[in-house]
Amino acid sequence: MIKIKEALCDFCGTCVSVCPVDCIELQEALIKIDQNSCTDCMLCVYVCPIETLEYSHG
Amino acid sequence: MDDQYDVIIIGAGPAGSVTAWHASLGGAKVLLLEKDRDIGYPVRCAEGVGAAGLQSIVDPDSRWIANKIKGVDLISPHLKTIHILNEDFGFVLNRKIFDNFLAEKAAKAGAEVLTKAYAESLCFGENGRVNGVVFSHFGRRLSLRAKIVVGADGVESRVGRWAGIRTQLKMKDIETCVQYTMSNIDVKPDVCEFHFSRERSPGGYIWIFPKGDGIANVGIGISGEYARYKSPLRYLEKFVQEHFPKGSVLTTAVGGVPVSVTNRQIVKDGFMLVGDAAHQANPISGGGIVPAMVAGKLAGKVAAEAVQAGDVSQSFLEKYEKQWYRAEGRTQKIMYRLKEAVYKLTDDDLNKTADAVLSLPEEKRTMVSVFKKALFNRPTLILEALKVFKTSITEVFDPLS
Repeated sequence: MIKIKEALCDFCGTCVSVCPVDCIELQEALIKIDQNSCTDCMLCVYVCPIETLEYSHG
Repeated sequence: MDDQYDVIIIGAGPAGSVTAWHASLGGAKVLLLEKDRDIGYPVRCAEGVGAAGLQSIVDPDSRWIANKIKGVDLISPHLKTIHILNEDFGFVLNRKIFDNFLAEKAAKAGAEVLTKAYAESLCFGENGRVNGVVFSHFGRRLSLRAKIVVGADGVESRVGRWAGIRTQLKMKDIETCVQYTMSNIDVKPDVCEFHFSRERSPGGYIWIFPKGDGIANVGIGISGEYARYKSPLRYLEKFVQEHFPKGSVLTTAVGGVPVSVTNRQIVKDGFMLVGDAAHQANPISGGGIVPAMVAGKLAGKVAAEAVQAGDVSQSFLEKYEKQWYRAEGRTQKIMYRLKEAVYKLTDDDLNKTADAVLSLPEEKRTMVSVFKKALFNRPTLILEALKVFKTSITEVFDPLS
């Protein structure tokens, strides 16, 4: 599954813009991935400007 | 706040605020929602803007102009500089103050503006047409009706998806960006620098935009296509270490820029998209401020006319789409093709381009000559590029429209 290192996140929304299934919820200082709809496609991990997201097993 | 509006706009960046401003001027009852606590902050922008484009919307104002730009330096991988002089090139803005100013314009024209208002979903009426917005504000959830909802929520563009429009960007059509606002660095006071290199900024460039007083925005955008191998943060750290090892970082900004053509669909019954949410930024420079404001002005006017006419159907709102294509959309398509060609050039190609341009006499070193040399084997594209330079107010590096 894809995890967000929340303490590092700048809430810029770049990940949201490429998510093919629109499963990332972003507010002013809150970010969540809906793991039920996430397909682990990794695009958000790749596009994050500051390496905030990562793939982790389980 | 009321429970019924003519137009509700989600997002108070330049696109949303200018839409709200012009819809209000046209007599519509308007509500402008911003999710963050401040309008204009955090800044997610290099803050460069072309003079002609800016002036087509607002008169420059010393309150939000940080610096006047009188030319650009295009820098090759082997560090040769092509200087292009233009006394009226453009400005570096203070976006925080600028964005506030635009929202204030909207408010003075009669729009209601609300911050910390986080849109959660859209409401739908008969035949699935959009007819309102659900948003939360300090723990309260409100559902308000609107004849027209405008998605101006930036590169994320979730509002468009809620309305049933596909707005996801391909990885090759997004620039992933990091910027430091630095002090104690030695930069030319009135020149914007663009550093091109496939090695050091793949599918994008590094910029240095001076804000005056030895302060400058130093940033990088790279194509999403290449970001999986190395993030823009790491490229920027290396550049700053090499060029400004003693500089201080006053602000760090992070964000994504759409470098696509305009979204295939930007209007539906009772619904419009503007700005980055509609992918209206200049795909070669990434400049989005002027296109967002140009689109906002058109969208706001059309929204007010639609309300007045009692017809908010897609076919009425398509007037905005058509006007956008006439104003900027057609040019943007050419810019997109230029982007695709230019960002494929190797560092060797870029070096040869720089050498070829520098062999010209100084007065012939123009942006057009740069493209002619860079794309010498693509004559039809050069012809298209020439059209762009003649017609557009959001010129290729204007500096960043």
